Amino acid sequence: MIAQLTKSERQLALVILLAITICGLAMGIAGRDDPLGVHGAIVILAGLAGIFGVIYAYYEPEPSEARLALYYDDPSKVGIILAMGWVLIGLFIGDWVAWQLVFPNLTFDAGWSSFGRIRPAHTSAVIFGFGGNALIATSFYVLQRTSRARLPDQLSPWFVLLGYNLFCIIAATGYLMGVTQSKEYAEPEWYADIWLVVVWVAYFIIYLRTLVRRKEPHIYVSNWYYMAFILVVAILHIVNNLAVPVSWGHAKSYSAFSGVQDAMTQWWYGHNAVAFFLTSGFLGMMYYYMPIRAGRPIFSYRLSIISFWGITFMYMWAGSHHLHYTALPQWVQTLGMTFSIMLLVPSWASAGNALLTLNGAWHKVRDDATLRFMMVAAVFYGLSTFEGSFMAIRSVNSLSHYTDWTVGHVHAGALGWVAMITFGSIYASVPWLWKRERMYSDRLVEWHFWLALSGTLVYVFAMWNSGIIQGLMWRTYTESGTLAYSFVDSVAAMRPYYIARAIGGLMFLSGAVIGCVNIWMTIRAAHQPADERLADRPVPRPAGVPAFQPGE
Amino acid sequence: MNIFRLHYRLERKTIGFLLAIVGVASIGGAVEIAPLFTIHQTVEDAPDMRVYTPLEIAGRNIYLREGCYACHSQMIRTLRDEVERYGPYSLAVESKYDHPMLWGSKRTGPDLARMGNKYSDEWHVAHMTDPRAVVPASVMPPYAYLGRATARIDDLGLHLKALRTVGVPYTDEMIANATADAYGQAAPDTPFAEGVTKRYGEATNVRSFDGKVGDPTELDALIAYLQILGKLTDAAHRPVAAAGE
Repeated sequence: MIAQLTKSERQLALVILLAITICGLAMGIAGRDDPLGVHGAIVILAGLAGIFGVIYAYYEPEPSEARLALYYDDPSKVGIILAMGWVLIGLFIGDWVAWQLVFPNLTFDAGWSSFGRIRPAHTSAVIFGFGGNALIATSFYVLQRTSRARLPDQLSPWFVLLGYNLFCIIAATGYLMGVTQSKEYAEPEWYADIWLVVVWVAYFIIYLRTLVRRKEPHIYVSNWYYMAFILVVAILHIVNNLAVPVSWGHAKSYSAFSGVQDAMTQWWYGHNAVAFFLTSGFLGMMYYYMPIRAGRPIFSYRLSIISFWGITFMYMWAGSHHLHYTALPQWVQTLGMTFSIMLLVPSWASAGNALLTLNGAWHKVRDDATLRFMMVAAVFYGLSTFEGSFMAIRSVNSLSHYTDWTVGHVHAGALGWVAMITFGSIYASVPWLWKRERMYSDRLVEWHFWLALSGTLVYVFAMWNSGIIQGLMWRTYTESGTLAYSFVDSVAAMRPYYIARAIGGLMFLSGAVIGCVNIWMTIRAAHQPADERLADRPVPRPAGVPAFQPGE
Repeated sequence: MNIFRLHYRLERKTIGFLLAIVGVASIGGAVEIAPLFTIHQTVEDAPDMRVYTPLEIAGRNIYLREGCYACHSQMIRTLRDEVERYGPYSLAVESKYDHPMLWGSKRTGPDLARMGNKYSDEWHVAHMTDPRAVVPASVMPPYAYLGRATARIDDLGLHLKALRTVGVPYTDEMIANATADAYGQAAPDTPFAEGVTKRYGEATNVRSFDGKVGDPTELDALIAYLQILGKLTDAAHRPVAAAGE
């Protein structure tokens, strides 16, 4: 890692790490009576570990000029390993929290392990830890190939990747200590938010500098999506997290907005975190890995233009469908519902474009579990965007809102779409990155695929059942015109579905464990030595990578 | 097909493409969010609305810390069954001082928007210590440790000050006496209790919420907060015509 940095980059790395350590020290001193102090200590440890790492390798020879003729893939490799680490943590906590709804005393009478604290640890670990690392790793990979340009330097990709993981660690440990803004999917407190902005700006600059140096005249579709992901997440993150800290020594802050304005800002953020983190970025992934794996060009260039701008424009209006029948003014609710329904057009354009790309390659889908992961992801993308538009209709929402149906919908998207496309892309890129001929075991990929698919289906069906039963029980009247069920009746009725859901989650987790083993064995496989000839190079056109010409 | 030709040119320009993304993505939020700050009818007037006391703020922060919002909403929708189950539907003004709002998105447990005075303090203590002792089918985690932990009240003045910065009308007097008021609200027989009703109104709950004397526990603070939910203003109980405007 450090041997690849030039002398000046090593010096700059030391300066940055020293600055980080000093920030940690300041946090530790100012927040000594507060969880902020613990986070200060974590930051100091991270900074010191980095400093020792750099000093340890400081006098190693500088990398040769020959490196500039190659793509820089080490950050992508580490990013994929980190993503697989986070997915195990996130899925494990998710399944634990699911079992807590079956056996509520699984908290062991402690604060840190209660549902309300580990639930955000689950969501953040899977969305930001797993999803975010996978997006950073694949975006660096895809950006270089589609631009035929190497990343601009060796230091900034590490800053982005490791800095981002520091943010994830601060976020996750914070929830366990009770540090949270209580804004869904934006729980980290002010100092973590500021740090994420710094990391994100560096990420954006890498993108910009590489694109400016590209040797392809056009910016490829994947990069449109990755850029939308980077830019819009920055806008959402900054606006929704505006807050005033209690003091410089407190982790706690108070949101700048309150009541109805806060609710609208929060769901404008929340729904577009789904749109630009969990959709845009992963569509970028799909537009690169699926056509390559299938050996087919993208079905339609024009469809991808329509769906890209449709998604970028319309999603930003849809957040208010989370607030139907609430104290939010009716006109905003109606706008949100209208745009949510219209969103089906660009969403299905994307899903259709992906599935039609597979025309002529369906025999590969049958034989190749990696490609099948991607195909199933596109199907789930189509299904959950349809479900989303449907649930955004006001009268449907009156039944579905506040119930497990929403949870089922989110997981159809998160497990079926986001995780599946990521696993597919990771299985495709691990042999490329580590220059192996193939994965360690194709059978294990099959096992992972079937466990992931059946786990998702069990999960989603359980939540459809529980959600709709809940919603109906809450609104059922007796013949004499009184409510038929008390709230706790509906809680008791959920038990079998909560058990089924936890089992579905366990299946999905087992699949991910198998995936980790398989990836690890591929990386360390001695019988498949790295073959440098498999390295693709910026110029001329990389071997084995088809040109991105639209099929029209 | 000129639009596609236009795009064919646009996707060769890095900065142009980036600006296009930012422009296109900004419209929705601008149209839907900005007017909520400027249109007066968005939030009803409620002259009787009071701010949270320092102890209630401490309790609210425990509610946030424990992530209660993950399972409990505080937003009663304008649907017949919700109004009959939970009480009058929630008005925007009722969460005017909520930084952040806690409307929630999921009801694994019931809505809490009108929890205030619905159950006794004793019920809350028993329920928090062991939810299944009072509701056998409950899946709520036990929060017995809240009763064992002393609430941190020494820094509540700073909290009130930060809240004033974001728009909650706390007076200098409230901020200066925040810690004493937090202590007094859970200690009715001490001289500190008087200041609470003086500053926050006669209707303020001043009593030992967890039934124990001494420094307020986290359970005291949390119950103080739960017992005020839906009670900061009567606006929701008045006829709709008066609540509007």
